[in-house]
Amino acid sequence: MSRLAVPKTYKLYLGGKFPRSESGRTYPVLDAGGRFLANAAKASRKDARDAVVAARAAVTGWSGATAYNRGQVLYRIAELLEGRRAQFIDEIVRCEGASADAAEAQVDSAIDRWIWYAGWADKYAQVVGNGNAVSGPYFNLSVPEPTGVVAVIAPQDSSLLGLVSAVAPVLVSGNTVVVVASETRPLSAISLGEVLATSDVPGGVVNILTGSPAEISPWLASHADVNALDLLGAGALDWIDLQIAAAETLKRVLPPENGPDAGAPALSRITAFTEIKTVWHPRGML
Amino acid sequence: MIHDVELARSERAITLIGGELTDTSLRRYLDGIPGVDAVGLEQRAAALGTRSIKTSSKKWALDRIIGLIDLTTLEGADTPGKVRSLAAKAITPDSGDLSTPPVAALCVYGDMVGYAVEALGAAHTTRTSPGINVASVATAFPSGRASLPIKLADTAAAVLAGADEIDMVIDRGAFLCGRYGQVFDEIVAIKEACRRQDGSTAHLKVILETGELSTYDNVRRASWLAILAGADFIKTSTGKISPAATLPVTLLMLQVVRDWHRLTGEKVGVKPAGGIRSSKDAIKYLVTVAETVGEEWLDPRLFRFGASSLLNDVLLQRQKLTTGHYSGPDYVTID
Amino acid sequence: MTFLDYAPAPESRAILNLRDEYGLFIGGEFVQGNGDSFQTISPANEERIATIASASSGDVDAAVAAARHAYDTTWSRMSGADRGKYLFRIARLVQERTRELAVAESLDNGKPIRESRDVDVPLVAAWFFYYAGWADKLDHAGLGPNPRALGVAAQVIPWNFPLLMLSWKIAPALAAGNTVVLKPAETTPLTALIFAEILQQADLPPGVVNIITGAGETGRLLVNHPDVNKVAFTGSTAVGRQIARSVAGTDKKVTLELGGKAANIVFDDAPIDQAVEGIVNGIFFNQGHVCCAGSRLLVQENIHDEVIDRLKGRLATLRVGDPLDKNTDIGAINSAEQLERITQLSRVGEEEGAQRWSPPCVLPERGFWFAPTIFTNVSTSHRIAREEIFGPVLSVLTFRTPTEAVAKANNTPYGLSAGIWTDKGSRILAVANKLRAGVIWANTFNKFDPASPFGGFKESGYGREGGRQGLAAYLAPAIPQAQEPKRAQESRQAQRPDQAQRSKKGKKR
Repeated sequence: MSRLAVPKTYKLYLGGKFPRSESGRTYPVLDAGGRFLANAAKASRKDARDAVVAARAAVTGWSGATAYNRGQVLYRIAELLEGRRAQFIDEIVRCEGASADAAEAQVDSAIDRWIWYAGWADKYAQVVGNGNAVSGPYFNLSVPEPTGVVAVIAPQDSSLLGLVSAVAPVLVSGNTVVVVASETRPLSAISLGEVLATSDVPGGVVNILTGSPAEISPWLASHADVNALDLLGAGALDWIDLQIAAAETLKRVLPPENGPDAGAPALSRITAFTEIKTVWHPRGML
Repeated sequence: MIHDVELARSERAITLIGGELTDTSLRRYLDGIPGVDAVGLEQRAAALGTRSIKTSSKKWALDRIIGLIDLTTLEGADTPGKVRSLAAKAITPDSGDLSTPPVAALCVYGDMVGYAVEALGAAHTTRTSPGINVASVATAFPSGRASLPIKLADTAAAVLAGADEIDMVIDRGAFLCGRYGQVFDEIVAIKEACRRQDGSTAHLKVILETGELSTYDNVRRASWLAILAGADFIKTSTGKISPAATLPVTLLMLQVVRDWHRLTGEKVGVKPAGGIRSSKDAIKYLVTVAETVGEEWLDPRLFRFGASSLLNDVLLQRQKLTTGHYSGPDYVTID
Repeated sequence: MTFLDYAPAPESRAILNLRDEYGLFIGGEFVQGNGDSFQTISPANEERIATIASASSGDVDAAVAAARHAYDTTWSRMSGADRGKYLFRIARLVQERTRELAVAESLDNGKPIRESRDVDVPLVAAWFFYYAGWADKLDHAGLGPNPRALGVAAQVIPWNFPLLMLSWKIAPALAAGNTVVLKPAETTPLTALIFAEILQQADLPPGVVNIITGAGETGRLLVNHPDVNKVAFTGSTAVGRQIARSVAGTDKKVTLELGGKAANIVFDDAPIDQAVEGIVNGIFFNQGHVCCAGSRLLVQENIHDEVIDRLKGRLATLRVGDPLDKNTDIGAINSAEQLERITQLSRVGEEEGAQRWSPPCVLPERGFWFAPTIFTNVSTSHRIAREEIFGPVLSVLTFRTPTEAVAKANNTPYGLSAGIWTDKGSRILAVANKLRAGVIWANTFNKFDPASPFGGFKESGYGREGGRQGLAAYLAPAIPQAQEPKRAQESRQAQRPDQAQRSKKGKKR
């Protein structure tokens, strides 16, 4: 006799907690064959606002942690994700209609991507920072620092890997994130939230919204307390309008990417959300 | 300050700085003291916190901590009943183990001093026999924002009511805008107000409120300033501002006290107050005192803890040492 | 009893699960050595800990061959990401077994458990964690795209930080794609052998790391082995000089981290209490068995008396004794030989007219002990101001001006490290600029981090360990496609780049 399954309630991931949408709205998530899988929370603009507040509150702690510590925390995500491979593979198979092999490959890539970015935390400053030989008796040093709160529109056709590809590099330098997950494939995003919540990532560092990117993105793009915008998965939206909205507070913007290499691991995805700070200090002995 | 007003007389300051005691000379003196490196100070404090105090040393430490506590209640809701209850606890901290020593003092608001004296009864310190002191906060505690006459009256009333010790607050506003002379004068004046009719004086503890002074350099200067003006004790905090006492701040104040002793031979006390809630934390302070100024300072005349909840944790630890098993909150009293 | 006597708080040895005898770790297995085995003892009480194998010339050959085989067949063919995963595993295993490793280190080396627990072992884990992350990012090491590993690295490490020096050597070598034969010091092989067990738990492919124990001769055989491509040595300048001679004419890349006689310069505006703390940490950390120790205190003359007075007060609170007691500040001297050297040089100091002072302290009867010692009235010409003592002995000199301080600080053949204490930022940067030393600490001392390069100027050696520079020390730039030998083009990862270069230059010796 087969056992009757206990389905999970998928909610948002905000400030380290899993609330429903303040709007009370949900929407059905369907599998590749159009059958009902689960209801996902449909985030409102107020949920986005709350997410930004949570992300801002988390900036000081996360960016103030040592790079070594951030690296260990990101590596811990990979460790926990590894332990939940089966769950994610199953979710991806159901949600994307992918083969088990393809789903497995996606999960493995996602885990390896966390590890790749984890390793950068205490190294990227060595690669992109530098001492500067200025003319004069000055010590002059340039080092990158995190930008602050970054809003991310995750790739829409990938359940897990796309999301990780966008979120991981933003976290490396100490930024915090508000990410809008894939609208039609949001389940792995919330399951990832469960991994984050149990892997030493402080609450508020990653905030995951599910729902309509078209509805939520304009509010994030125009939000004055968001410092940067990654439009990686916004290709199907009116993303130029989003970029224009972001211009009002001069947000740093990364454009959409399409195709299989979208969000491929790159140092530039880290540095896109950093600011170079140069310090001058006189050098005088007498 | 345009006029370099001559400051009130403090024998300590005059000996050290010289005959001319002015705001300028005071400032020059304080600014000439070597600076503090925050990272190094905090690392030293952290290292002292790693000492491992076991068995016989721990037993001694727990009893000593109790004997150094200023058992404190400083609430708007304080009543004679609350003070009486605390006094009973001060005399007999653990009714289940009468070998437990009493605390050093009861610390209350000025208007509660009479009740405290009455409740302590025979256990209260007298001229002839040592006992539990009554300490009173004064000078418009905790903000200190009142005129000088009010602060003086506040102090005098507490002394008259029988306070053995006065815990005054410095004017942090004046300190932060550089009016060191004003802070100095006020301390000297309060010290004078501590004088009883028979000529003896209540002990003066000067609260720096280090959480508001913010920097270690400020704490160091304020410590020197308070000692120069005649403080018997320097105390970290009112307990109403966060952060209250921290180990690095206390270490820094102990270093000043040590330097003062090297310079003059005089011994000034230190009182960390607020935020010390566990025996483990308190033991770190004992270690810091012993390794900075010496064991001689582990004496209620030279070191105190301003605390309320600390006592019960020490009692629990003490019960553990006596019985060999862990105790629980139902086995100590709520006061 | 006084409170300051603190009741004993010994760390339990029960956590250790030591073997009575240890073989050589070659090809992923412990094998018997063919040399005369020896005992490793605890310097705190001279009691035997275990019997240790000694590698003969044939054993060295076997270890290098195992490393070469692992390089050719597995490690150089593996992706950087997978190499990184092994290193992450090692880092995690070290973290999990931190307490055990700390106890073993203190037992074998004599250093206080407080240091092995709070400094050595956490840094070991950090070193592996840091270089694990580099393994798949070699393109960013600064040598251009697709840099290549060197091949087999011969690594010889000292007894002062046995496990930490092992991590400094092995982590970057493996990240860059090299395989390793490592020889720990004769008096401190224990943690390296426990580390070999950790490698087994991590399932590291056999032969990637080989650990051979023995005396100086084993080390000499190893670095001179013709099939070694890289030599990394930490130890005395005398041995470093021999190694530099012996590799002449070969294509071996060399990193040498040698002796030092660091100046710790205290200006009169220094944050005085922190400076005193830094002086103590600078010379008494690890019993002064630190190549970068601040063994020459240069103090501005106008604050000399005050600094010495405060320093003496602080030294009186140092606790010398059982390394496994959690309250011990200063442990045992590592060996009878080292104790003899410290004793002898201190005697010379007195004979030359310097004033000797130690706080009152009772030293244990058995074992190797030396009380913390400061010498005042030291002149620049005194031997204790010029020679590395490598013990808890501080030589105090004075200076009058910053210019003089810099001149005196640089007046040594060494150039490993230096300290500067002053409240004035511009002076820190200017003095640091003029000091001829590889690591400058300002208002702190003896700080180490895997992200921070470490190494010396002049006779303190060459090459850097730590940071990107420490990684680059185990890499060479890619060979341009046109010049690449055929075999290498077919299997880029599997090539022996050193041979390619050697034949190209036609300079085989």
